Amino acid sequence: MNKFEEELKIGNFVTSECKYCDKIVWPPSDYCNSCLKDTIWRDVSLNGKLVEWSKNANDIFCMVEFENTIRILGKLDPKNSSLKPGQTVKLAKCTFNGKPRFFFRID
Amino acid sequence: MKKVAVVGYGNTKFTKDELPIESLLLESTKQVFDTTRNLSQDLIDGVIVSTNDNSKYLGAILSELSGIKPKISHTVEHLCSSGSNATISGFSYIASGLANTVLVTGADKIGNPGQILEWDKSRGEYDRPIYWASMFTKAHKRQFSTTDEELAIVSAKNHKQAMDNPNAYSHKSYTISEIMNSKNVTDDLRILDCSYSCSGSSSILLASEENAKKFTDEPVWITGVGQKTNSASFTKNGLTTMSSSVIAANDAYKMAKTSSQEIDTAEIHDAFSVCELMAVEDLGLTEKNTGASYVRNLFNTEDRKINPRGGLIGAGHPLGATGIAQIVEITQQLQNKARNRQISNAKRGLTHNMSAAATSSTVLVLES
Repeated sequence: MNKFEEELKIGNFVTSECKYCDKIVWPPSDYCNSCLKDTIWRDVSLNGKLVEWSKNANDIFCMVEFENTIRILGKLDPKNSSLKPGQTVKLAKCTFNGKPRFFFRID
Repeated sequence: MKKVAVVGYGNTKFTKDELPIESLLLESTKQVFDTTRNLSQDLIDGVIVSTNDNSKYLGAILSELSGIKPKISHTVEHLCSSGSNATISGFSYIASGLANTVLVTGADKIGNPGQILEWDKSRGEYDRPIYWASMFTKAHKRQFSTTDEELAIVSAKNHKQAMDNPNAYSHKSYTISEIMNSKNVTDDLRILDCSYSCSGSSSILLASEENAKKFTDEPVWITGVGQKTNSASFTKNGLTTMSSSVIAANDAYKMAKTSSQEIDTAEIHDAFSVCELMAVEDLGLTEKNTGASYVRNLFNTEDRKINPRGGLIGAGHPLGATGIAQIVEITQQLQNKARNRQISNAKRGLTHNMSAAATSSTVLVLES
């Protein structure tokens, strides 16, 4: 299990970042994909923007963008019926159980 | 750079059968030997296998099973576009002079592991292709007002065309209404808008210009090659344009000194209905935002120009074989040997094969 997965497992959503290039390295990696120097790990802001979504039975699954760079797929609270691209979405919970699992809600 | 031609081919039927990968590979290879004149094992100096199967050393295994002792043998894995990329490896060996005649054989089993890219953590728990396809479809509907009927026409057309392909997985036609009312996989995807993973194998024999005439009077030349990898993770790319396909197509057209307007027939990677609508636009076969009307017109006029063998939706999608099966179809079209599927006077064709939500694409131009 790598650092990203270990942190997810305890409920922390982290990304790798290159301090030399001042950029987020996503998907997470130990090295920057520009300069190939070591990255550091830091928490991701919990507020994102809804990019797109669909439904599978009663589950809404969606793509959310954080910090204008990090896009992930996760589950949106099914109570949200009126959705718009660009809407602010909050990461409510994350974990790792064989796969990363992200849960969002509309504030 | 030496010219490279397709001079022989073989295909198994695409089925639900769980056959050993080695048997599948050998089956389409045997057909190449059965149908290509003057071909003997000692004339083949390269054997490239394309597959997502976990079995090891398949280039050498296929060589041994078919009695070939090649200079070059190895396996290529690149998810759904493994077959096209293996073909480019074979092409490159011949074009560079490292080999004269190369066998490229692709196969996969129905339960192959190539449908899930475990590395891509950005997909979260939604790691199956239906989820990216749902995102593509929803975004296409939103941006271009694409309707469920327009999506269903892709599937109706390709299922209908597959009925004339003896190797196709599906031999059943569906009405637009049946497709629109088929089971919902998600809110934006019906089961009949999806291609099926299945078992199957396809082979081509590639040869240099000096060797081609030994094997056939009708070589089909690979004149354009385009490949582009944008990323491996799905979430890094746009949802309504397959930009890797745009770049790969432009590179292939440039190399072939041709344009999209000169393409008589194309095998396109319709893993899901929306992919065909996007691809006909991204390959320049029609203007942006006209993909749906373009495909509707093909359907209404029974024009088989796009996906004459039935595409992935009609023919099935044994990942490692698909790109090679596409090349076999275009070769048959350009040789005027496609029987009931024949497009009249086809001189130049194209194959479009992509992987992992078009994070990478491969486009080939072929000419008679």
